[in-house]
Amino acid sequence: MNDAKNILGRGNRDGAKLFRDWFSELSKSAETGNPAAYVFVMGSMAEILRVFDLPMVFPEINSLQTAVRHVSDDYLNEAEDYGYSPDICGYVKADVAMQLRGGEHPMGRIPKPSIAVLTNACNTYLKWGEIWERMHGTPMFTIDVPATRQAGNPSMPGSEQFEREKKYIVAQLEELIELCEKITGIKFDIDKLREIMNNANKMSSCFKRILDLNKSKPSLFNALTDGTIYLGVANTFRGTPEGVKYFNDLVEELEYMSENGIGTLTDEKYRLSFIGVPCYPIFRRFNEMFTEWGGTFVTSTYLWFATGGANLGSVYDLKNPIESLAQGILISVRDAMDSMFNPEIPMAKMIDDFSLDGVVYHPIKSCRTVSTGLADNRRALMEMKDIQTLFIESDMMDKRVVAEAQMKNRIDAFFEGLASRKSREAVGEV
Amino acid sequence: MAYGAGVDVGSTQTKAVIIDEDSKIVSRSLIETGANVVKAAEKAFLIALEDGNLGEEEVAYVIGTGYGRYKVTFGNAQVTEISCHGRGAVHIFPNTRTVLDMGGQDTKAISISENGEIIDFCMNDKCAAGTGRFLGAASIALDIPIDDLGPTALQSKKPVKISTTCTVFAETEVLSWLGKGKKIQDILMGVHSSIASRSVSLLRRVGITDQITFTGGVAKNIGMIEVLNRVLGMKMNVSDDSPYMGALGAAMFALDHIFESRIPLRETIE
Repeated sequence: MNDAKNILGRGNRDGAKLFRDWFSELSKSAETGNPAAYVFVMGSMAEILRVFDLPMVFPEINSLQTAVRHVSDDYLNEAEDYGYSPDICGYVKADVAMQLRGGEHPMGRIPKPSIAVLTNACNTYLKWGEIWERMHGTPMFTIDVPATRQAGNPSMPGSEQFEREKKYIVAQLEELIELCEKITGIKFDIDKLREIMNNANKMSSCFKRILDLNKSKPSLFNALTDGTIYLGVANTFRGTPEGVKYFNDLVEELEYMSENGIGTLTDEKYRLSFIGVPCYPIFRRFNEMFTEWGGTFVTSTYLWFATGGANLGSVYDLKNPIESLAQGILISVRDAMDSMFNPEIPMAKMIDDFSLDGVVYHPIKSCRTVSTGLADNRRALMEMKDIQTLFIESDMMDKRVVAEAQMKNRIDAFFEGLASRKSREAVGEV
Repeated sequence: MAYGAGVDVGSTQTKAVIIDEDSKIVSRSLIETGANVVKAAEKAFLIALEDGNLGEEEVAYVIGTGYGRYKVTFGNAQVTEISCHGRGAVHIFPNTRTVLDMGGQDTKAISISENGEIIDFCMNDKCAAGTGRFLGAASIALDIPIDDLGPTALQSKKPVKISTTCTVFAETEVLSWLGKGKKIQDILMGVHSSIASRSVSLLRRVGITDQITFTGGVAKNIGMIEVLNRVLGMKMNVSDDSPYMGALGAAMFALDHIFESRIPLRETIE
């Protein structure tokens, strides 16, 4: 009983605490004015930046937190008043408003960027970096990851093409190291990099294990709600001892649940997959519209691409850290791209593995990058597999385009279809 | 004899249908929804009871549908109008594989499997363009009763092209065509064509079949039927009971419950 009391719910409790601590550390950095690196979830380069003790700011996470805390409208309006269009990325606009407010954020104060490190995984990253360049004169370093649009068919390690591409990334990493040395005045320490990569290895292995564990029936965590907490820690504490402890504990918790037949609080009737980015402005209510029908999200592409491909559980070779890091970047960023642009490929394989009853597509107005192809992806998946799907559109930040009544209507109709199908299956009609 | 009832509380009109054990319609009613949704549902149901000469106790199960389905406070359960229009359409036209439901603020394309189950659906999103509301705006701008819109449009020889997709701006565009001296029937045909174009786009997303059933209040508009048939290059199934199709489908679900048939329903009232 004591075991259960200590273990159950620990992942969510500890995750929330780590998150508060992380924002608290950022607030301290903002006060002291120490250098900070602005990074993104798809290719954060945490391994390199941590060698230089650079606090990492994830603007995407800052922005989504304003929506979860129901203040995103204030930030969006402020950026629009400043001149930004209602039609562009909501994350960008919330960040712009936050910069205009001198880093004021509902979770603390965010330091100014001393360096912005980004990849070409998202086209908006580049324009976003330019905003900080203009506002603060921040140097912007872009890792150009080649061949990120290969639709499940990238070059593989050992091939001539892959080795060429790896060299290209290695050269860029060496440039990044030089720049970090210049900004921080700290000399690069390869043994420290190894230590950080070793921690990242342990976290990645755990993260993959966690995703796989949710094949359990009933499912052990809700990929949309609980999963977002895991995702936050995976990004912000990547390569740290705290991150390793968190994920070791989480594996222990979920294995305990699995062994004891303990599931989420939802009385699980329908196992679903979520494709896209969550509806943060009504985050809890959005999920409730599914759980009140007994629907729970057992997997989500968000947990793949928004960890920059950590779902693969790739392990670095610590003997050749820079080369191995370059290889990891190539593989994981490409996988993140595939799970964003071609989710039907992995999803088709997962329908049986995860015993999915339905797949929910959630394109969002303010991110066309992640949303544009989803209608086609959905059609392709339905051609490949006999699975029911739901397509609902809203936004990750902007409550003005979240129509809850219409959304509920579609969700209810989706479940009516699922219920009808289940009953037909029960009498052997399917 | 046990009866099942469906009450479809839409944004513009509220419909009630009562059916007998053989799924035959025994009575129906249609009223304007107005501001009091609860009252509208009650009133529509009472009129249907009166029309069928039935006592309330004779109706064993009532299902609410439409946007106001949770306001059918005397109902036993709720089902979305998506499922109900599909069910009603298949009941009247058993070969139906696609449903186009055009109501006051919604247009839905619904794909139906061979055994009558909903496979997929697609709706207008957060905007009333391409719905009955668009016709309502034209009716106000041109000062023509709703029922006359279709017949007037069919007199058109040179339809104008309505380019806006916004219901609010459509009124301005209609007035601007009037200012340019265009005939009312040509403007109206432009309005009908604009709605048809958007509706067919929805149909394409779920897949156009050779058995499309047109439902909802706008399915009473002969101009819209004609234009849609022309654009689709086929004749859609249209019933005199088209506006009642959602309520009919709800009544069918009610009958399922009475006879404990296979369609499970959630019985929660918000």
